[in-house]
Amino acid sequence: MEYLEFELPIKELEQQLQKCQIIGSESEVDVSETCKQIEQKLKDTKKDIYKNLTPWQRVQMSRHPERPYTLDYIEALCGDTFLELHGDRGFKDDKAMIGGLGKIGDQSYMIIGQQKGTNTKTRQYRNFGMANPEGYRKALRLMKSAEKFGIPVITLLDTPGAYPGLEAEERGQGEAIARNILEMTRLKVPIITIVIGEGASGGALGIGVGDKVMMLENTWYSVISPESCSSILWRSWEYKEQAAEALKLTASDMKKMKLVDEIIKEPLGGAHSNRPKTFASVKSAIEKAYDELKKLSSTDLVSQRMDKYSQMGVYKG
Amino acid sequence: MADTMAWFKRKEKGIHTTTEEKKDIPKGLWYKSPTGKIVDSKELEKNFYVSPEDGYHVRIGSKEYFEILFDDNKFKEFDKDLTSKDPLKFEDTKKYPERLKAAQAKTNLTDAVRTAVGKSKGKDLVIACMDFAFIGGSMGSVVGEKIARAADYALKNKLPFMIISKSGGARMMEAALSLMQLAKTSVKLAQLADAGIPYISLCTDPTTGGTTASFAMLGDINISEPGALIGFAGPRIVRDTTGKDLPEDFQTAEFLLEHGFLDFITHRKSLKDKVNQYIDLITNQPMRA
Repeated sequence: MEYLEFELPIKELEQQLQKCQIIGSESEVDVSETCKQIEQKLKDTKKDIYKNLTPWQRVQMSRHPERPYTLDYIEALCGDTFLELHGDRGFKDDKAMIGGLGKIGDQSYMIIGQQKGTNTKTRQYRNFGMANPEGYRKALRLMKSAEKFGIPVITLLDTPGAYPGLEAEERGQGEAIARNILEMTRLKVPIITIVIGEGASGGALGIGVGDKVMMLENTWYSVISPESCSSILWRSWEYKEQAAEALKLTASDMKKMKLVDEIIKEPLGGAHSNRPKTFASVKSAIEKAYDELKKLSSTDLVSQRMDKYSQMGVYKG
Repeated sequence: MADTMAWFKRKEKGIHTTTEEKKDIPKGLWYKSPTGKIVDSKELEKNFYVSPEDGYHVRIGSKEYFEILFDDNKFKEFDKDLTSKDPLKFEDTKKYPERLKAAQAKTNLTDAVRTAVGKSKGKDLVIACMDFAFIGGSMGSVVGEKIARAADYALKNKLPFMIISKSGGARMMEAALSLMQLAKTSVKLAQLADAGIPYISLCTDPTTGGTTASFAMLGDINISEPGALIGFAGPRIVRDTTGKDLPEDFQTAEFLLEHGFLDFITHRKSLKDKVNQYIDLITNQPMRA
């Protein structure tokens, strides 16, 4: 287990509990009462920490190195039915954006998402989940293919942003994202979108326009990362905590502003602390959403989606 | 409190400066272009705010673009009174409402876009023009809503639609609300597209961030002015991320044209002709002189 800084009290108690259990099993001393007490304290501490996470702590949770990524969800939900599809047909296959067909229950879905790596090598291979234009174009190709055959689309968002590279600019990063956003507003099949980690700005929204947009409890979604916001508005990297507060980027803030439709609960301790439970919640959220959306005609589906986005914004006059 | 504040309270409601009196570009008798050419201000104005000797296109705002594109500078402006709220209670080194007030006082504008309908070469055209002077032309809820309503007007009256982008991107002080304006404006462009109404995107200096990642790149034609900066990530971010030296023309209009993202670049003096030429051609109407 890796622990974040604010999780260290939990780490300490878990180590104490382990020691206590070892003493109990290796010696004649009866420590069951002590173990029980530590266990209780651990439970309380966990509750205390995870129920009161600050926005910045949630940002850290969303980036936890052990957090499940797109392919983990796909593997858990689709098993060996998943068939990965590659390439944008124009330039190359972007490893930071993956997609393909898979079954959840009896239903086929086109599943698309940003993919992060789990160690130095795979992180580089996946470009830290930062897609290039060809990634967005691959995603669009797959969405249009799904539309052609009436297959619903699931998008899983987890990116620190679209890649701000020289070649990305040459190949039209802005155009690729813009095109996706526009086409997603009028795609004739249901789109279910879930923020599973980081939802950073246009890079996230580029696969994030949906009929049902959900956020896992410990994820963030905003127009900029707290670090970059701090550097621009405070002219220093030191104000990321304040920036995280100010941006109202948590799942509950986003729900309150009606910018996302639902929050998917995570196990106490975060999505990674009990992966099977997380996968089960995500699966049932997808199935529930699809059950609702499949009842709509494609015309109603699109007009409902368009209405939803047309209403976003707060102004006077 | 009320008493002490009374001395600077506005006695009459509303802003009295007529839109025509508003100016974006610096006042003065002379203008110095980045290459060092000195131009008489009156001369500059007559030359479409382009420095005559070196062709430098000075940054201008909605007032000047309306003047250039609408016949006799006559137009009907939409939603003049739409202004920002502070839904997030956003505060960095300054409170958002204070920033807004300061921007409004400085620019005499209500927000970063103005929308209007008017005749251009005798035919109605709907234009949404951004103002960089207002918080960097940033796109928040007001910009999104005004563009959406202008597009609705174009849709209802079957009129060609044009957006003049000049923006640093989404407005941070409205966070995710401003991000969603990318989707909101795209909904309207999709509806225009489905109705077969031409949409012209003019990307002017600068057009970056969320603006590039939405309506600026979605025109039936995307056009620009010489030398304009257009990109998704700003040049500084690209340099910092990649550690590479950037080509000299990186993210200029010429660079985007070369890489296939613009249909053409036009000198500002030909802008009105070129836009209407396209409209006549794409709608299969007789060419206007």
